[in-house]
Amino acid sequence: MRERAIFAAQLLFTLLVAGFLIIPALLSILAGVTANYFRGIRSGLTLQWVLQVWQLYDDTIFRSLLIAISALAVTLLVGIPAAYGLHLRGDRLSRAVEEIITLPLAIPGLAIALALLLTYGGFGSFRGSWLFILAGHVVFTLPFMVRSVMAVFATTDIRSLDETASSLGASPWRRFLDVIVPNVRPGILAGSLAVVTLSLGEFNLTWMLSTPLTKTLPVGLADSYASMRLEVASAYTLVFFVMIIPLLVAMQIFSGSRSGPMGARR
Amino acid sequence: MTKRAFVQLCLLPLAVVVTAFFVIPMARLVLIGASGSQGIGAYAAILLEPRYRETLLNTIILAAATTVATLLVATISGLFLQRHRFPSRALLVAMLTLPLAFPGVVVGFLIILLAGRQGLIGEITSALFGTKEVFAYSIEGLFLGYLYFSIPRVILTIMAAAEKLDMSLEEAARALGAGPWAVHRDIILPALMPALIASGAIAFATAMGAFGTAFTLATDIDVLPMLIYTEFTLSANVATAAALSIGLGLVTWAILALARSYGGNAAAASG
Amino acid sequence: MTGVALRIETCGKTFADATRALEPVTLTIAPGETVVLLGPSGCGKTTLLRIIAGLETPDRGGRIVFNDKDVTHVPIERRNVGMVFQSYALFPNMNVAENIGYGLKIRSVNASERKKRIAELIALTGIEGLEHRRVDQLSGGQRQRVALARAVAVQPSVLLLDEPLTALDAALREKLRGELDRLLRALGITTIYVTHDQSEAMALGDRIVVMRKGAIAQVGTPRDIYFAPENRFVAEFVGAANIIEAVCEGGALVLPGGALPLANGTLDGPAFAMIRPEAIKLVAAGGARLHGRVDSVSFVGDRQRASVGGAAGKPILVDVPNTMAVSVGDKIGLSVEPGAIRLLPGDPT
Repeated sequence: MRERAIFAAQLLFTLLVAGFLIIPALLSILAGVTANYFRGIRSGLTLQWVLQVWQLYDDTIFRSLLIAISALAVTLLVGIPAAYGLHLRGDRLSRAVEEIITLPLAIPGLAIALALLLTYGGFGSFRGSWLFILAGHVVFTLPFMVRSVMAVFATTDIRSLDETASSLGASPWRRFLDVIVPNVRPGILAGSLAVVTLSLGEFNLTWMLSTPLTKTLPVGLADSYASMRLEVASAYTLVFFVMIIPLLVAMQIFSGSRSGPMGARR
Repeated sequence: MTKRAFVQLCLLPLAVVVTAFFVIPMARLVLIGASGSQGIGAYAAILLEPRYRETLLNTIILAAATTVATLLVATISGLFLQRHRFPSRALLVAMLTLPLAFPGVVVGFLIILLAGRQGLIGEITSALFGTKEVFAYSIEGLFLGYLYFSIPRVILTIMAAAEKLDMSLEEAARALGAGPWAVHRDIILPALMPALIASGAIAFATAMGAFGTAFTLATDIDVLPMLIYTEFTLSANVATAAALSIGLGLVTWAILALARSYGGNAAAASG
Repeated sequence: MTGVALRIETCGKTFADATRALEPVTLTIAPGETVVLLGPSGCGKTTLLRIIAGLETPDRGGRIVFNDKDVTHVPIERRNVGMVFQSYALFPNMNVAENIGYGLKIRSVNASERKKRIAELIALTGIEGLEHRRVDQLSGGQRQRVALARAVAVQPSVLLLDEPLTALDAALREKLRGELDRLLRALGITTIYVTHDQSEAMALGDRIVVMRKGAIAQVGTPRDIYFAPENRFVAEFVGAANIIEAVCEGGALVLPGGALPLANGTLDGPAFAMIRPEAIKLVAAGGARLHGRVDSVSFVGDRQRASVGGAAGKPILVDVPNTMAVSVGDKIGLSVEPGAIRLLPGDPT
């Protein structure tokens, strides 16, 4: 009897917590397709707000996708070889380098954005382009790629595989493509999901790095929260959810029950 | 090409990117922080100037409160979910962890929908008691927002740690006559301690640096990231903004480094 | 296929942290010969193998020569060696046939030729039917065979095996040892085989190089190593041995319990003598030259092993036929053929 009561109390508590997390998201989705949120659902369902968002903010959506995909490309090209190099060296210097590239996770995005602005703010055409935002996103997402890949290196005997391939005559470059990359695919996939998800949702850095002409989706969101009616802001949030939730679900499925190396900026 | 040369080549792009877009900018930030009228004293001003000190204190109190509340909630629910199997448990876990990567701005907006002027809580309270409860824009709203984005990650860490608990320890304690409370106090919580420390530190560091939520809620109370933002954009007080950023970065980095020395590699957080 | 003559000249290895993994070693290996590097862990055998492979460079002055060609500075990928690791290091992203054919692919062997070679190797190693298996679906023995087939597919100058059987259970290890021995002889490739298991070394090696603390303790055929160890380390590491501290006098080994005649009677003075337990016979006390008392006896199936006290300064181990009646406390005599007593240099270990 007492056990059942404890179980029920814990379940109720957990349901409350889940409600706290999910109800606001549902409210926002609902608000995005309600004709008049103040009057509630009886005012009717509509896609007019979503359409309006599309007209007002479609550029931010495409820009965010462009930046996320570019960040993925850069982190793949830079991060995978780097993880391999750091793993093979494995000395004190590589641990120091690993520490440095992980720092952007510990330092608030605002500080990094400020640092980038103070350093490159004078280069007008760079500062005014989406590439400036990309630089920030790469710095912030790179550690996720490097660490995901290194985590796989740590659990596979990559050194023996590498040495065997070399004994069979494969050059370093060939070994990298034939043996290393295919065998760290799980790490690359996890890292890629993290990079795209984080880049799409990044706000702290981007708010400072963007210009009115290079707004990204989260920057547009903040903009709409401040200046648009609730239904438009909600519809915009809905668009964001549509983009990000499949990635989050994929990440959950992929990582199973273990807690992945995810972290996010607020 | 020798293997050594290939390894160096592998590290070259990393070196270029990180140096150009992180190391050099951060070094500049440190220098600029000391370039204002107060010079290096700008760093001391974080603690000496009453306005800054008060903001720092506010931020720390808020972050600490968020951490404690999150750990409490996540331990209760995380342990519960790890130890019981029931229908739709997976759905519940998914609901609790889905907001893992919602950006702070979105979290802020969700809090507005919950406790803002047109919020759900206001609707309910006005229907029940005739008074509309609106607290999204106060420190309570900010706290709720921080709680929102801290819970998923901490729950994940605690569930992972609870999964690895050695059941035989618990059984041994019960065989020795320990009741449920004693088992929790003497066995389970001590075993979870590394995970609690690690995830607590992440929650704390994240809350310290959180900007998006505070920005969206446009609260009347200052937190450190908002102060940095206003110093930089509104007052054009670049040196102070830089000094405050460095100070904030040092605090969050130190907390995470400390946690990592306790809890292994679980710490991957951000501001 | 004819093997390659391999010469290792003063190859030492000092690592970056100044630890000396290998004292300068010189060794010549004949074409087609199988040489086993045997020793406890940390004796430098794997370091020497990695130097031959080209995975480590020897300290200055060291040279590796394949058939008169100095390959010391040739990187491993151009040395044409075959390697099998203890973990097998099969590529998880390739199936069995792709693993075996990888070295041929690197050498740009065309697809039909490659297919033919793979089929030959599959037949040679007896893993027919597994061509398209993923490597994580293979048993330990199958993995070992794939690793071996992959290593020999490229017709390497030298085949290098690093504890290739250690990961397997005892019964399988013995079976594969026999297969491996036949295969190595059939292929005629010069082979270096690293192991810490003396029975593996005996079964496979044309010659055994016993190593200890980064240096060679003895090089010789399995029989040399077993019957004529040159020092106490080799005597004790390979097989069971009684090492007895005694005095040689008048052509006999003088012990507390009597004396044993020596084959070479010219030596006089203190000495260490090695006698294998199976070389000692338990005889009736009357008329025996050496006397003792059975302290303990344990039955191990194919024989009994007795510990005899009072004969020498410390208990002597004796192998007793499994049907012979012997019990603790028996007063017995010991007899040893003079040729089975090996005098070792007087160094303490």
